[in-house]
Amino acid sequence: MRVFKKSIDLAATLFILLFSIGVSASATSDEKEEGPINTQEEVEGYILHHIKDSHDFHLFSYTNDEGERKHVGFPLPVIVWSSEGLVTFMSSRFHHDDSGHHIVEAGGTRFAKLHSKIYELESDAEEIKLDEEEHPVNAHKVLDFSITKSVFGMLLIGILMLVWFGGLARQYKNKQIPTGFGRILEPLVLYVRDEIAKPNIGHKYRQFTGYLLTVFFFIWILNLLGLTPFGFNVTGQIAVTAALAIFTLIIYTFKGNRDYWEHMLWMPGVPVLIRPVLAVIELAGAFLIKPFSLLVRLFANISAGHIVVMSLIAILITMKSELTVFGSGLLSFVLSLFITLIELLVAFLQAYIFTMLSALFIGMAVAEHDHGHDHDEESDAEEVRADFI
Amino acid sequence: MTVPNLVGAGLIVIGAGIGLGKIGGSAMEGIARQPEATGKIQTAMIIIAALLEGLAFGALFLGK
Repeated sequence: MRVFKKSIDLAATLFILLFSIGVSASATSDEKEEGPINTQEEVEGYILHHIKDSHDFHLFSYTNDEGERKHVGFPLPVIVWSSEGLVTFMSSRFHHDDSGHHIVEAGGTRFAKLHSKIYELESDAEEIKLDEEEHPVNAHKVLDFSITKSVFGMLLIGILMLVWFGGLARQYKNKQIPTGFGRILEPLVLYVRDEIAKPNIGHKYRQFTGYLLTVFFFIWILNLLGLTPFGFNVTGQIAVTAALAIFTLIIYTFKGNRDYWEHMLWMPGVPVLIRPVLAVIELAGAFLIKPFSLLVRLFANISAGHIVVMSLIAILITMKSELTVFGSGLLSFVLSLFITLIELLVAFLQAYIFTMLSALFIGMAVAEHDHGHDHDEESDAEEVRADFI
Repeated sequence: MTVPNLVGAGLIVIGAGIGLGKIGGSAMEGIARQPEATGKIQTAMIIIAALLEGLAFGALFLGK
């Protein structure tokens, strides 16, 4: 009981700490609002910048008494494959520049960062030049393997999950009841197994439960991490959700049995002339629409949630002149608190839906017997008996 | 965003709204008729809503 209380205290302290960071972050962006800068454009810039991945871990920035812009956060390593081979350096060498003006020399070649992307300058270029659409003309993109903010978040959650679930698994070796944090995890694990894997996949659920559990907790914890004021937006990166959807695609493509492929390519019980038409639709459904809907749903939900929360926080700035500081602060606090609570629900729901649909697609691919057509009466009756047993 | 994009986004949202309303309404009716099947109805409802949502988001995404 005392341990429990201690951890509650720790959680409360952490929460207050996080909250104070969030407050100071919004307060600093508030201070910058003097002058002829278009507030709405700047707020949009902030939101779009947050939605994108970044090469350094930026907590907040403020302007000190001397009018200097100070950034608080820590740099992350940049790892790129350029014309000179693999080059690594810390992102602090860009000095928070995102407009391509600050050029870094590393590994015998030169780099600039523009709109959160790293470009390698051509050998004769002195500085980066842009065309009308803001694309550089004398620099090219490089293969970027950097530990960006999202990669950092994923590594962090990966290690955390290894510790938590590895510990939970080890506890079962000694005794049958988990202790500590495992007591929170066990019912969730059982929930995924009994409510998602079993009903959708059937009796072959065992071999897929590991994947479903991993995906469920990975997405859920990252969604929750996105709601902390650290500003992670991992599951709102289309590359991350695409990779997760491709995992599901690979599993149901390679685990699909004969029935699955037969029903997709040359379905029984359909007039022969229509079969090729249906096969095209089925193939498009299996290889394009299913993964696309999986990846876009998660990406769009989480990005939209982040944009809404940030827009509501921005009421503090955009409506300051109409409602006074107190009024706009109160309005933005109430609305963003309300939306954040809904986002907590969405974080769970999206993880649940991703896992549920993955299980459903896998279940479709490994389902054993099909109903009616090319079975004779006797085998049908046998199946019915087998179902009862 | 241009005007056709915005009109298209509005049409998508109207369509998705009608769809979600029908799903939710039918689920409510089903639950009222058979309260003991609430769990099953909710699961099926969420799956259909998720499929519809995927379609709507896909359309919004392509039209962006």
